[in-house]
Amino acid sequence: MILRVLFLLILPLGLVAKTIDVCPTCAATTIRQGIALAKTGDEVLVHPGTYREGNIIIDKSIILKGIDGPTVDGEDQYEIFTIKASGVTVEGFHLVNAGKSTLKDMAAIRVDHQRHFSICENKVENAQFGIYLAYGFDGIVENNELKSNARDEVSSGNGVHCWYAKRIFIAHNTIRQHRDGIYLEFTDDSHIVDNRSEGNLRYGLHFMFSNRDVYAYNTFIDNGAGVAVMFSKKIDMLYNRFEHNWGRSSYGLLLKEIYDARLEHNQFLSNTIGILMEGATRIDYRHNRFKRNGWAVQMTGGCIDNHFEANAFQSNALDMVVNSNVNNNTFNGNYWSEYTGYDLDRDGYGDVPHRPVKLFSYITSQTPETIVLLRSFFVDLLNFSEKVSPALTPANVADERPLMQMPEI
Amino acid sequence: MKKIFQYTLYDLIRSRWTLFYLGFFLLLTTVLLAFSGDISKVVISLMNVVLILCPLIATMFGVMYAYNSREFTELLLAQPIKRTSIFWGQYFGLGVSLSLSLAIGIGGPFLFYGLFATGEIWNFFILIANGVMLSLIFSGLAFLIALRNENRIKGFGLAILTWLFFAVIYDGIMLLLLVFFREYPLEPLALSLSLFNPIDLSRILILLKLDISALMGYTGAVFEKFLGTGLGITIAFFVLLFWVGLPALAIRRVAGRKDF
Repeated sequence: MILRVLFLLILPLGLVAKTIDVCPTCAATTIRQGIALAKTGDEVLVHPGTYREGNIIIDKSIILKGIDGPTVDGEDQYEIFTIKASGVTVEGFHLVNAGKSTLKDMAAIRVDHQRHFSICENKVENAQFGIYLAYGFDGIVENNELKSNARDEVSSGNGVHCWYAKRIFIAHNTIRQHRDGIYLEFTDDSHIVDNRSEGNLRYGLHFMFSNRDVYAYNTFIDNGAGVAVMFSKKIDMLYNRFEHNWGRSSYGLLLKEIYDARLEHNQFLSNTIGILMEGATRIDYRHNRFKRNGWAVQMTGGCIDNHFEANAFQSNALDMVVNSNVNNNTFNGNYWSEYTGYDLDRDGYGDVPHRPVKLFSYITSQTPETIVLLRSFFVDLLNFSEKVSPALTPANVADERPLMQMPEI
Repeated sequence: MKKIFQYTLYDLIRSRWTLFYLGFFLLLTTVLLAFSGDISKVVISLMNVVLILCPLIATMFGVMYAYNSREFTELLLAQPIKRTSIFWGQYFGLGVSLSLSLAIGIGGPFLFYGLFATGEIWNFFILIANGVMLSLIFSGLAFLIALRNENRIKGFGLAILTWLFFAVIYDGIMLLLLVFFREYPLEPLALSLSLFNPIDLSRILILLKLDISALMGYTGAVFEKFLGTGLGITIAFFVLLFWVGLPALAIRRVAGRKDF
């Protein structure tokens, strides 16, 4: 208690912060000078103009703030800002042409082994890596706009790249045309909220070995694949939109070697594959909407304890593909637009179980070329006869209580 | 030929069956539009109906008409008119009357519900074009069967069998082949097999318009190249046109040689 009071008494001393202006006619004409003049806690205000200063290293806890978006140019060879102190804020810059290299990962803004950073309101254009957090802890990346021009996966980098980061809050960013929109590796306890990831080469959002993270209210459109969650545990995926991740070997969400996750209230619209799972275990899917996808859900080997409840499957070419025996995966109370049963007792649930795996989806999983026969009369006949008495499709993949009406999602 | 075409057309347009066919499409389209109200969805549901029903009705109608108008044909044959004119006149009269029923039956309600206000005009056009071509192809095949078989029962049987073959059996054989030879690269086979069946071709044309091309592209590069680009649509369309021409030419050949 005494310590805390003492701290509060001393605190104002630290708050006597200066403001240093940087502009062509100010005392400091370059950002480097501004940083050199600043002391811990000072505010460096950079006024409009174009600054070409190579690699700018921020090694003090300062607030570096651009007024009306000053342009900082990396001239295609330098990393622009490297943050080498804790408690740094970088805000309001327009960062262009950060260096590109195949030897070293160069970024527009790099955080290197630091805590309590805040990177806000920046516009990053044409960078290989946009914002690179290496061993960054307890930081915020908010309201940034990143746009690159990635052409192939080898030479391009990720929009927001987290490597051994912890407790990061990434929110309201827009990321376009990078390799991965947001990439998390060994990044735990982080929140990714309300970002828009569009037209990225590989994934909109990519998890590797990252645990206990939450991503919610994000939009993933037109990426090579929407989101890939791999080798991760305890990920919450809520209220996201996976839209039009459409094309060869493309999917809305890939779950690979993932345990104990929760998917709720997500929208999967017009993806080639809505969710592709491989080795996904103990996952709950609730209140998700799958609409007009090629395949809504494709379950491949080793998926155990996946529970689908109260999801809506609407007008997908094929709702479900399962290519092996299904172990303890359940479907309960989902809405299937293809369901043809009836509800005599009027409790809102169909009286006949619905089997989402059709014979034709089984055949296409064995022989993909047969997809040319999609929607042909013969295939409808086959599906019908299989539905009447299942012989080839797994009998235990069934929704015993299919919803009659589309649920509100 | 023009005269005979006109006579056949007037004769058929006044027939009960044509009206029934027209009424069926009118009713179906109106009901679908009234219940869903979403024009693009209705286009999709109608596509399935058109694929199955148009060939079936055209086959039945074609074979029926060819047998029923036999006396009239014999009368015409006694006149100094070229055989080609007689049979082509009848065939086109039949095809056009079926196509008119289809176009008016489906197009009428769509126009009424404001087709031009939506972006579905191209899908609608593809639907009608496919229906018209399938009607022409299958009425032609039916006509051909009727010409070649004096026995009505046999003719009817063969006509039904032809429809069944193209609508169902062909796909079954194709599926078996694809599954059986799945160790081999199958894409060219799957694509070329579809070219030999007009119903499959129309289905693929329609699926391409429904943007399932990417779904097909999932299976491999050949599909993607063929189905994912304008090339696929163009080729499918021209092969379908070729299919329309085929029975017409065969009718000319068979009619020219036939001894009445």
